[in-house]
Amino acid sequence: MKEILPPKQRIKIPRADMPEQDAAARIHNFLEVNRGLEEAVAKHEAQRCLICNDPKCIAGCPVGVKIRDFVELILDGQYLKAAAKIREDNVLPAVTGRVCPQEHQCEGACVMRKRATPLAIGYLERFVADYERAAGKIGIPERAPLTGKKVAVIGSGPAGLSCAGDLSLRGHTVTVFEALHEIGGVLIYGIPEFRLPKDIVRQEVDNLRHMGVEFVPNTLIGKTIGIDELLETEGFDAVFIATGAGLPRFLNIPGEQLGGVYSANEFLTRVNLMHAYEHGVHDEPVYDCRAKTVVVVGGGNTAMDSVRSAKRLGASRAIIVYRRGLEEMPARAEEFHHAQAEGVEFMTLTNPVEFLGDEHGYLQGMVGARMQLGEPDASGRRSVSLVPGSEFTMPVDVAIIAVGTRANPLIQASAPDLKTNRWGYIEVEKQSLRTSKRGIFAGGDIVSGAATVILAMGAGRNAAANIHAYLATGQW
Amino acid sequence: MFSITDARVIGPEVKRFEIHAPRIAVKQGPGQFVILRLHEHGERIPLTIAGSDPARGTITLVVQGIGKTTRLLNQMEAGDVIRDLVGPLGKPSEIERYGHAVVVGGGVGTAIALPVARALKKAGNRVSAIVGARTAGLLILLDEMRAASHSLHIMTDDGSAGDQGFVTGRLEELIAGPEPVDHVMAIGPLPMMAAVAEVTRSYEIKTIVSLNPIMVDGTGMCGGCRVLVGGETRFACVDGPEFDAHAVDFRNLAQRNSVYRDQERRSLSEFEAHPESDLIQMHHNCRLAHLAHLAAHHAAS
Ligand SMILES: Cc1cc2nc3c(=O)[nH]c(=O)nc-3n(C[C@H](O)[C@H](O)[C@H](O)COP(=O)(O)OP(=O)(O)OC[C@H]3O[C@@H](n4cnc5c(N)ncnc54)[C@H](O)[C@@H]3O)c2cc1C
Ligand code: FES
Repeated sequence: MKEILPPKQRIKIPRADMPEQDAAARIHNFLEVNRGLEEAVAKHEAQRCLICNDPKCIAGCPVGVKIRDFVELILDGQYLKAAAKIREDNVLPAVTGRVCPQEHQCEGACVMRKRATPLAIGYLERFVADYERAAGKIGIPERAPLTGKKVAVIGSGPAGLSCAGDLSLRGHTVTVFEALHEIGGVLIYGIPEFRLPKDIVRQEVDNLRHMGVEFVPNTLIGKTIGIDELLETEGFDAVFIATGAGLPRFLNIPGEQLGGVYSANEFLTRVNLMHAYEHGVHDEPVYDCRAKTVVVVGGGNTAMDSVRSAKRLGASRAIIVYRRGLEEMPARAEEFHHAQAEGVEFMTLTNPVEFLGDEHGYLQGMVGARMQLGEPDASGRRSVSLVPGSEFTMPVDVAIIAVGTRANPLIQASAPDLKTNRWGYIEVEKQSLRTSKRGIFAGGDIVSGAATVILAMGAGRNAAANIHAYLATGQW
Repeated sequence: MFSITDARVIGPEVKRFEIHAPRIAVKQGPGQFVILRLHEHGERIPLTIAGSDPARGTITLVVQGIGKTTRLLNQMEAGDVIRDLVGPLGKPSEIERYGHAVVVGGGVGTAIALPVARALKKAGNRVSAIVGARTAGLLILLDEMRAASHSLHIMTDDGSAGDQGFVTGRLEELIAGPEPVDHVMAIGPLPMMAAVAEVTRSYEIKTIVSLNPIMVDGTGMCGGCRVLVGGETRFACVDGPEFDAHAVDFRNLAQRNSVYRDQERRSLSEFEAHPESDLIQMHHNCRLAHLAHLAAHHAAS
């Protein structure tokens, strides 16, 4: 039975806490930190929803998940229906419930935020998705009759996966080509197990297989098969490029070539995709972090994932070095809190200016400098500059550079007539996601620059709708 | 899954494999490489393609058993299956008509130098090949190299085959000889490539080397393969693997390549002591491939 309390009482209910693995224990393992809400707690939390007539949370969601409806279904105890409701707009609820920056999206827009604390929408989303998974009753919608049209999707991150799923449901034959040996993009090689268990990603991929999507790993489009060949000789009617923003940026400071200096992508790929944290069982090595000082340069999710992985690999000191202040850090609030609880140190308003090596070319130390914030620029972001004479030296054994990514130029290099902007990202028509080449669409990080899982997924869905229309009409 | 169609020992701890990878066989050019992973728990390692047979859909890899993965691979025979293989990666060699081109191959580098020599010859160059090894037993692919060049020079440190001396010595002689050298391509151990670069630098002869940094993805995503070329950071897997030898920082590359020395040694000694678990993993591949084959057969009938 649905019990609806009067709004005044609903506001008095305190926001549910996410049960989590104890910090002292979890820094020794890679198991998921958050354990998820119990059913009773989830239901209680759902009662806090004011069921607004004009729900601001939905407007705050980049893909417009019908939050109020799914929360009402939770109140009704109809968890599978709640999950199905989310799936109407978001095909990866178990993933986004874990990794979305809710505080800037749905929860940031929740009206309760002003008066108390926002509804824990992310926790609820995760709850129903996990419930559905545990029940083994994922509501896979029925597939439309086969159209005989073939679509190639390049890249298996959230953009590629969601596009593939939607097109397959519409009856098209979809093949996803992935360069790596495992499917999932950043969800597999970037975001660590302790934040997003890989079984969840594998299950989502399996669901897509059941929906008829074919996955071809170990295939680098632009090298193994040219992009034009997909349309000309491989028999595809349309192509969706979802290759992500996978080229790491470095700082371009002296000493960055030393052994022990990693890009976050390399460090995380070794740890996640290649399971270097299980070295002994798996062969891929990673620099031994035990009893070492590890600094991670950057303040985003990638930096948090790296520093927390280093802590789990046994680092005695795991330090975030960030050139702006804590308030400016772009990482999800929860990642910051978790990192803090795990004993990660934060050196803000600091930037490395040089890495120092020993006679064998191994990293040994870092010269850092203090930074100061200036006036906000046109985009509202405050500029930073070095405080003259503030340089200091500290011992460092491993340094991980997590200062963002650029566009991977591989595909574009193989198709010079594919238009890109001056940063190398692929140019598309805003609404239709069409590129400058007939039959080829693009979306996700390779168009927007490094963004979020939900935005990439939204772009994939949008692309699917547009590709479907193109396949139906043949009009470009 | 990629099956091995032929496997032959061609030198001590050196094996030549033909592997069924039809797309790569059609696409590959000299100088390009693949990244493979033998089994579910294996590491990803790059190996340069030594040739291909597009009609059969196979590529050739020549593997020297140095670390755990290459030693395990060298225990494989025709019919065995490699789990993951992606390629062709990197840029193919720049093949032009330079005039007199010298191709230097050291150790298994000879296998990689071979397709480059062939391509240079085909492009109308006069090709001199210099192959070197410590001792006669370590020389590989001599007949093939002879066929791919106009003149073959064999050098061994101990004089047990060809002439005694280093490849660099013979290179100096060729440069001083009657026919000026226009282009040099060197592939082999780092110290050899660095030494070749030193020889040609003063003569300002364009010299290309094929670099072998540690790699992970091979797609430009990780930056682990970065090398310093002309003071700039380049990713060997997408910008290379071939670079201007006179601009490469060989010392830095040697240092970066030794970062995992301890782990690699441990992996190797554990493998040598207990190869069973890895062999079981490889066997698992074969079973999976067999099942997939059956399923495909079933679906077709
Ligand atoms: C460490 C890390 C943590 C993050 N944390 C969060 C978070 O908490 N919340 C959040 O919302 N976002 C997070 N992000 C960002 C988010 O993961 C990305 O915005 C999102 O994954 C982009 O999706 P995509 O599908 O565009 O590309 P990707 O996920 O990057 O997938 C692209 C795929 O294409 C493949 N590929 C590339 N080129 C080719 C080719 N030529 N041929 C075949 N395949 C190719 C790649 O191997 C890759 O698998 C994080 C990112 C990182 C790196
Ligand atoms: S191997 Fe990862 S970028 Fe070259």
